[in-house]
Amino acid sequence: MTALATAETPSRSASVQKVVSKGGIEAWLVEDYAVPLVALECAFQGGAAQDPVGKPGAMTLFAGLLDEGAGSLDAAAFHQALDEDAIELSFSADRDVTTGRMQTLARNVPRAFELLRLAVNEARLDAEPFERVTGQMMASLKREANDPDYAAGRTFRALSYPGHPYGLPVRGDLTSLPSLTRGDLVETGRRVLARDGLKIAVVGAIDAVSLGTYLDDVFGALPAKGDRLVIPDVVFSGEGRRQVVDLDIPQSNIRFGRQGIARKDDDFIAASVVNHILGGGIFSARLFREVREKRGLAYSVYSQLVTFDHAAMMSGGTSTKNERVVESLDVIQEQIRDLAEAGPTEEELDKARKYLIGSYALRFDTSTKIAAHLVHLQTEGFDVDYLDARNKLIAGVTMEDAKRVAKRLFGDGSLLVVIAGRPENL
Amino acid sequence: MSQGQSGVASPVHGSLGSAPAGLTPSAATPSKAGGPNISQARLANGLDIVVIPDHRAPVITHMVWYRNGSADDPLGKSGIAHFLEHLMFKGTRNHKQGEFSELIADFGGQENAFTSNDYTAYFQRVAREHLRVCMEYEADRMKNLVLSDEVVAPEREVVMEERRMRTDSDPSDLLNEAVQAALYTHHPYGKPIIGWSHEIESLDRQDALAYYDRFYTPENAILVVAGDVEADEVLALATEVYGGIATHGAPPRRSRPREPEPRAHRVVKMVDEKVEQPTHQGVFLVPSYKTAAPGEAEALEVLGHLLGAGPTSLLFKTLVVKDKVAVAAGAYYQGTAVDQTRFYVYGIPAPGISLEDIDAAIDAVVAKVSAEGVSEADLNRAKTRLVAEATYAQDNQSTLARWYGSSLSVGLTLEDIAQWPSRIEAVSAEDVKKATRWLAKHRGVTGFLLPAERSGEHSLAVETEAETV
Repeated sequence: MTALATAETPSRSASVQKVVSKGGIEAWLVEDYAVPLVALECAFQGGAAQDPVGKPGAMTLFAGLLDEGAGSLDAAAFHQALDEDAIELSFSADRDVTTGRMQTLARNVPRAFELLRLAVNEARLDAEPFERVTGQMMASLKREANDPDYAAGRTFRALSYPGHPYGLPVRGDLTSLPSLTRGDLVETGRRVLARDGLKIAVVGAIDAVSLGTYLDDVFGALPAKGDRLVIPDVVFSGEGRRQVVDLDIPQSNIRFGRQGIARKDDDFIAASVVNHILGGGIFSARLFREVREKRGLAYSVYSQLVTFDHAAMMSGGTSTKNERVVESLDVIQEQIRDLAEAGPTEEELDKARKYLIGSYALRFDTSTKIAAHLVHLQTEGFDVDYLDARNKLIAGVTMEDAKRVAKRLFGDGSLLVVIAGRPENL
Repeated sequence: MSQGQSGVASPVHGSLGSAPAGLTPSAATPSKAGGPNISQARLANGLDIVVIPDHRAPVITHMVWYRNGSADDPLGKSGIAHFLEHLMFKGTRNHKQGEFSELIADFGGQENAFTSNDYTAYFQRVAREHLRVCMEYEADRMKNLVLSDEVVAPEREVVMEERRMRTDSDPSDLLNEAVQAALYTHHPYGKPIIGWSHEIESLDRQDALAYYDRFYTPENAILVVAGDVEADEVLALATEVYGGIATHGAPPRRSRPREPEPRAHRVVKMVDEKVEQPTHQGVFLVPSYKTAAPGEAEALEVLGHLLGAGPTSLLFKTLVVKDKVAVAAGAYYQGTAVDQTRFYVYGIPAPGISLEDIDAAIDAVVAKVSAEGVSEADLNRAKTRLVAEATYAQDNQSTLARWYGSSLSVGLTLEDIAQWPSRIEAVSAEDVKKATRWLAKHRGVTGFLLPAERSGEHSLAVETEAETV
């Protein structure tokens, strides 16, 4: 099995320096001068799940306002400053993290870190951008209101985690957004913008000593500890249920899912191999072959493992014409049941391991992708050595593991199914 | 296996970029100094080769571009370029269906293909040691495709589902289709890349093979390899693998009727009960980098940036920040095209503001630039930002490969690409002011997406106004 991992690059972890600033801020650095650019990603612990009660969308709005004026610069002046030096800077909220991304030409590094410092420490949250960005978010929600993909997704999420922050919309809804106040955002920001749980990665034309100084400038003055809410663990609900969202369109958008396996669970790696066999992103995955290739039922069909800090799900989706929804669901259900009962074939397992091992290299070919992956590993609690350990873990997944975990993951095969469209004969 | 609009930098694996923001040099251009060391060659059978070294990671992007897209679909066979792109995954005389894909998956590679107005492209992203195998399979399907009715029929269903997913379930995409059809009254850019439903339904094996025989030839193709390779190594391999494909004598000709000079402003309205947020889009017929007089396309590029790229743009500052009539507004130039191309403006109205008001507000901003020009400070900022894209593009070998491939596919040269930053630098405030003449009302189509309750109009109406030149 380990032979699979030998065609790998020598050591990825060796290219990563752990930089710790004088003030104790840590970042993972890949120093590389081939292209005159620097990319930074930083993740603050706590995302939309930290939204105040009854105020979904607060963290997303807050993140969207961090580059809309800071310090002595109002929104227009801040954007102009970014533009003058061609600096890219943006922030966004996910369920469990709030992420900042910066990219700059090497010659503008000092200015880029200065603007990042302002955004992180001195965002103004002025009334003008507050109203403007809220209006943009409202317009986006209206545009998506009857889009089948969003409609199915909204209902699926609400039924998966009722009564839990994970069941609420990250970008808020048409009721919550108008009710948000500047005070809500200040409160939300205080929960998240802090040094504890902060993860940083930097890739490109910068050395460790300079980076250390910038880290203290940007993050050194943040509070040591965020005032975060405690989020309870939650189990996926709605398995066995079928819900239709009525939309007058010729094709139904289908979401399906069930309880998944947590990232820190010993079975997670085997589960990702099994999921890849079912519906991973390649043309030979079971769902692609059975739903698309053999029967022409859909253009797109997939399954995935989703993990949060306090939940895990296996989910998937497809779109098929209303007349063929029942047939498509039967095919999907049959493949899931078969994997649970019989497990994969030796060939499928072998191919899945090969794919997952070989494809890891493609996550390291641009500086923004590398920075994102290094931050992701840190937020999941891994150390640098995981970069080399990861493929060995995949190579070590045995047929026994795959069968056992397929049973555990797919169980009796019951799914929560949400269909947006006008499915026939359901 | 995705269809992309002209010039779209489609994301990997089957999804379609929504905004045709472009593989024009503007979206991504390496600068001359310190940029990648690009090489070009041509094999005896006519195959063009471009190599873009990037040694930062041990992976490569291998692409084959064909200089034919939806605008070359024969009359009554709309969608054939895109349908054939799907069928290119169905096996050859030497390799059964799925064999190539299985192999790429075993490497942990990514693969896909996309079809645009002017080109069709196939790619694999793999570790560098697999370059030769990718070449072998790609060269094989350039000449040995085998199609049976058994694989053609279900794949046609897949394409119909693709159309239902992307277009038929989405009023904004249906509107866009109608806007394009109204803009191009004669030239085939007015036909959807994926094709009209009733024509897709009738496409068969013979249509696909006839199209394949006409266009899938070495002299119609461009090989682009980016990543951890050297030019001589790629050239040697390509000579060995692709060099054996017999020449067809001459490259196929693109024969497209020319779009007449537009005379009348057109308004297209889509009214649908699924629409809850009205939106405005305007599109104008303008020269492309290929058809423009020297400096003209670059001026349109800078104009697009000044008018509509992000929060510092004139449309955003005027409509969104100052007058608060819109929640979003912008503009962009889709410069990479063989024939006359498109310049877009758009706005999303604030509550209570009509689309007619948005249209008038956009017109007023364009009229102001036309009358007063732009400030040197704004001009310089736009140029800095555009030229910086050149450096940013160097961070991504796929971006570079797509940008070089699309540019060469529409007939631009490596020299055009290399000179692009200095040509942008050379654009004057006067050039930008003059470029607004292409945005005269009669050159374009205004599209309105409206909720059903607002009016009892037909679901799709095209009005031709009497406002002529």
